[in-house]
Amino acid sequence: MGKPSDLVQGTLDLLILKTISLEPKHGWAIAKRIQQISNEVLQVQQGSLYPALHRLEQQGWIKAKWSETETGRQAKFYSLTAAGRAQLERELESWSRLSTAINLVVEGV
Amino acid sequence: MRWLERVRIALRMLFHRQAEAARLQDELQFHLEQQINENAARGLTPDEARRAAIRSFGNPGLVREQARSTWNWNWLETLLRDVRYGMRTLMRSPGFTLVSVLVLMLGIGATTSLFTIVRAVLLKPLPFPDSDKLVMVYEHFRDPSSGTYFNVVSAADFVDWRRQTHGFEDMAAWRRYGFNLTGVHAELPEVVEAAGGSYNLFSVLGVRPVLGRTFTADEDRLEAGHVVMLTWSLFQRRFAGDPSILGKQIHLDSNSYTVVGVLPSWFTYPNARIQVWVPYAQTFPADLYAMHGSHQSRVVARLRPGVSADAATKEVSALQYQLHLAHASEPVAEDALYRPMIDDVVLDVKTPLLVLLSAVGCMLLIACLNVSNLLVARAASRRKEVAVRGALGGSRLALIREQMTESLLICAAGGSLGLLLSILATRWLASHWRNLPRSESIQLDGSVLAFTTGLIVLTALLAGLVPAISSTGKGVLGALQESSRSIGGSASRAWLRKTMLTAEIALTVILLVSAGLLFKSFLHLRTADLGCVTENVLTVKYGLPEKQYDTPEKVIAFHEALLDRVRRIPGVRAAALVSTPPGGGYEGDSVFTIPGRPAPTSTIEDDATTRTIDPSYFSVMQIPLIHGRFFTDHERLANYHYTIVNKTFADQYFPGEDPIGKRVNIAWYTNKEDFEIVGVVGDTLYDVAKPVKATMYFPILAGIPELTGSTTIMVRAAVDPLALSIPIQQQLAALDSTIPVYDVLTMQQILGLTTASQNLSATLVLAFAALSLLLAGVGLYGVLSYLVTQRVAEIGIRIALGAQRSEVLRIVLLDGLRPVALGLAIGLAGGATAGNLIRSILYGTSPFDPMVLVAMVGCLMLTAIVACAVPAVRASRIEPMVALRSE
Repeated sequence: MGKPSDLVQGTLDLLILKTISLEPKHGWAIAKRIQQISNEVLQVQQGSLYPALHRLEQQGWIKAKWSETETGRQAKFYSLTAAGRAQLERELESWSRLSTAINLVVEGV
Repeated sequence: MRWLERVRIALRMLFHRQAEAARLQDELQFHLEQQINENAARGLTPDEARRAAIRSFGNPGLVREQARSTWNWNWLETLLRDVRYGMRTLMRSPGFTLVSVLVLMLGIGATTSLFTIVRAVLLKPLPFPDSDKLVMVYEHFRDPSSGTYFNVVSAADFVDWRRQTHGFEDMAAWRRYGFNLTGVHAELPEVVEAAGGSYNLFSVLGVRPVLGRTFTADEDRLEAGHVVMLTWSLFQRRFAGDPSILGKQIHLDSNSYTVVGVLPSWFTYPNARIQVWVPYAQTFPADLYAMHGSHQSRVVARLRPGVSADAATKEVSALQYQLHLAHASEPVAEDALYRPMIDDVVLDVKTPLLVLLSAVGCMLLIACLNVSNLLVARAASRRKEVAVRGALGGSRLALIREQMTESLLICAAGGSLGLLLSILATRWLASHWRNLPRSESIQLDGSVLAFTTGLIVLTALLAGLVPAISSTGKGVLGALQESSRSIGGSASRAWLRKTMLTAEIALTVILLVSAGLLFKSFLHLRTADLGCVTENVLTVKYGLPEKQYDTPEKVIAFHEALLDRVRRIPGVRAAALVSTPPGGGYEGDSVFTIPGRPAPTSTIEDDATTRTIDPSYFSVMQIPLIHGRFFTDHERLANYHYTIVNKTFADQYFPGEDPIGKRVNIAWYTNKEDFEIVGVVGDTLYDVAKPVKATMYFPILAGIPELTGSTTIMVRAAVDPLALSIPIQQQLAALDSTIPVYDVLTMQQILGLTTASQNLSATLVLAFAALSLLLAGVGLYGVLSYLVTQRVAEIGIRIALGAQRSEVLRIVLLDGLRPVALGLAIGLAGGATAGNLIRSILYGTSPFDPMVLVAMVGCLMLTAIVACAVPAVRASRIEPMVALRSE
């Protein structure tokens, strides 16, 4: 099982931004979503999820809004800002460059 | 506009921290609930579901902290928390806090105050444009005893320098002068100090008048019409700031002068006492203006851009050598010297100011070491707490930061109080320091505030860093083990504290020795024997205007009438006249040759200071006759060509000979006359802080007009001498109401004036030293008490095993006195260096004065023994059972 520290440096931001790019989600849902999509390989610890969310919010890349969940409880929903969308583009681009490079090395030797 | 958005977020975080924190808490709670729900859905019991959720969630407090740490302003929150924590710990030991804050308040306050003055007086540039280009040029006399001598310049030399050299952009001259300013209308007459300035002086300095103009070259001639410039203060005081004064006449010494200009209010050069300026050449009699051997003026020169002062002065020196050769019969220097103008202005106060600044710096350092020592002691007693917190995950950086915050808090409190103190202290010092040049520029400004802030940070670092690092240094386990065994263990910290103690004592010794030397000098000055009676003597100075008193007969008649009237005032025992009273300062030298002896070969001619007196002067002032006779009463009425010399004169120029009946040939400007020595009298000092000078006395009433400028009447009283001042002034006014008096002073006041600044610096340094001694005592006591507490168990065991209590006493005493001895040795070496540095302001004291050294070492040892004895006695009384149980 992957630990947060096993994530390539900086990828947590990318994962979060990507996960909420379609619709606003609360913290729990973000963690759950990452876990499901990655077939349980990536398990985001709360210890790094929430600092990351707050950091992104301070940066102005995501914004938070309190609204009701399906169970009727108030929760904090995060969504992308325009700046966040641009940041996601940049992160995706740099990720694809990095993963391509790593693939080249891994398969080329 | 992302930055705008970020600012908005930052502001929201700043002002809604509590709400944000609550929301974060809620957010995490929601997450936990979801996890519990999921676990329950998987079939766990509610209890298991909850426990599993918490397990996977991790430490909620930690998660919360980590999330919060990403917030803006987090540093502010940490700081506030540290400050709150620091305040709480400081409040828990109010005694320690109070002592430290007070100690630093005094240290920082005194240092700030001295810095304010040093900056204004020594460091700020002079108020003239490009003032670093201004130098003072002097004639260079080589004195076999004192070496180089900066001599004032003769008018003729100045005129030649200015005309024939090119290194300086321009050169100007000024000399002091005195006037009797009589009322334009019916105002009272007053004596004003004046200066004669060459017409270009103000352009050389870069000063423009605020009203009117400066002098023209045409006005700066002997025969030109009289013009005058007023200083701002006289303009305001006497003429109510009325600009219509321009072009009007005022009366100086009964001559009318046309006012041509008013100087700006900031212009107080050479000092604030100068009230009017007149053209330079007009302050001289014609023959004196042309003489190369009569030295009276100061020369200000502005350097040409790109020319160094050395190079420019070299050219003047070369010219001066030509002048020396061309006027071989007169005392003309062989070359010239310069001094930057700023150095020239602050010459007399530079050393005392730097000594005071070093003394307060030294005291501040001692205060720092003391606070540091106290912090080390506290850190040591909190070592267990720190170790436990370290074990629970407190980072070393956080622990150091906490302790530094504490030291910063103490220093900031001490520093801000010190800043307030320094405002008062600076004001007090500036008003009590007589003749402090440039005192008008003393003010608290941005750079002083920056200096104090820097000082606070520096003291906080000095006082806090050592304890902070030392107390958090060792491994956690080591510290926990160590703190469970109080024996030994803290040896390294004891070493640290003893080192700091040694430094503290060494600094204290340096301060004590310097203070002792200064104080002894001051005592010497106060008890200095002027060579005449000083009790119950009043001096009143007056000047006869040359215009009305233009013949010797008129002068004699006035002086005789005045003496006669004053002697008849009830309470007057005796009265006499003298040109300058003892202790009243140096009025220049006259050069002479002794007929029948070869002329001196060096540029230093035979010279002696001159005084004119009426025949009763020596008996009134109780100056003893050593040989020969006094002047007789009839010798005052005509010029008999007799002179009386002092003992120093006789010893210097007639060693092993009888000077009575010998002749001296004195150069009165251009004509030379022989005088016969008829008597030798005891020495009197012209300044209590200066050695005796060879002196010649001439009869004041005998009509040597060149020597009778101002006159002082010396009155010995049977009552309080000051009570006589009004009757004497009434008699003067009855004779001539246009004659103002000035400097109505008792001899004691004259002595006080000349010793005032020595008095001030000696008192201040002594106060700093006493305070430092107290601090060192407190430090010593604190360290030893702490060490004894640390060793209670060990001492208890020793006593239980049969150690004598006197033995314990001895061990603890020696433990404390060892750093004292080491500090003393280092301090004495430092004190010798310091003594050497302040040699120039010592009087009648050698830098290695054994009495001072013994007294100061005694003071320190006494303080040290008292500080060590208390903890030592306490140690020797330890009850073994109590001590062992405390383990």
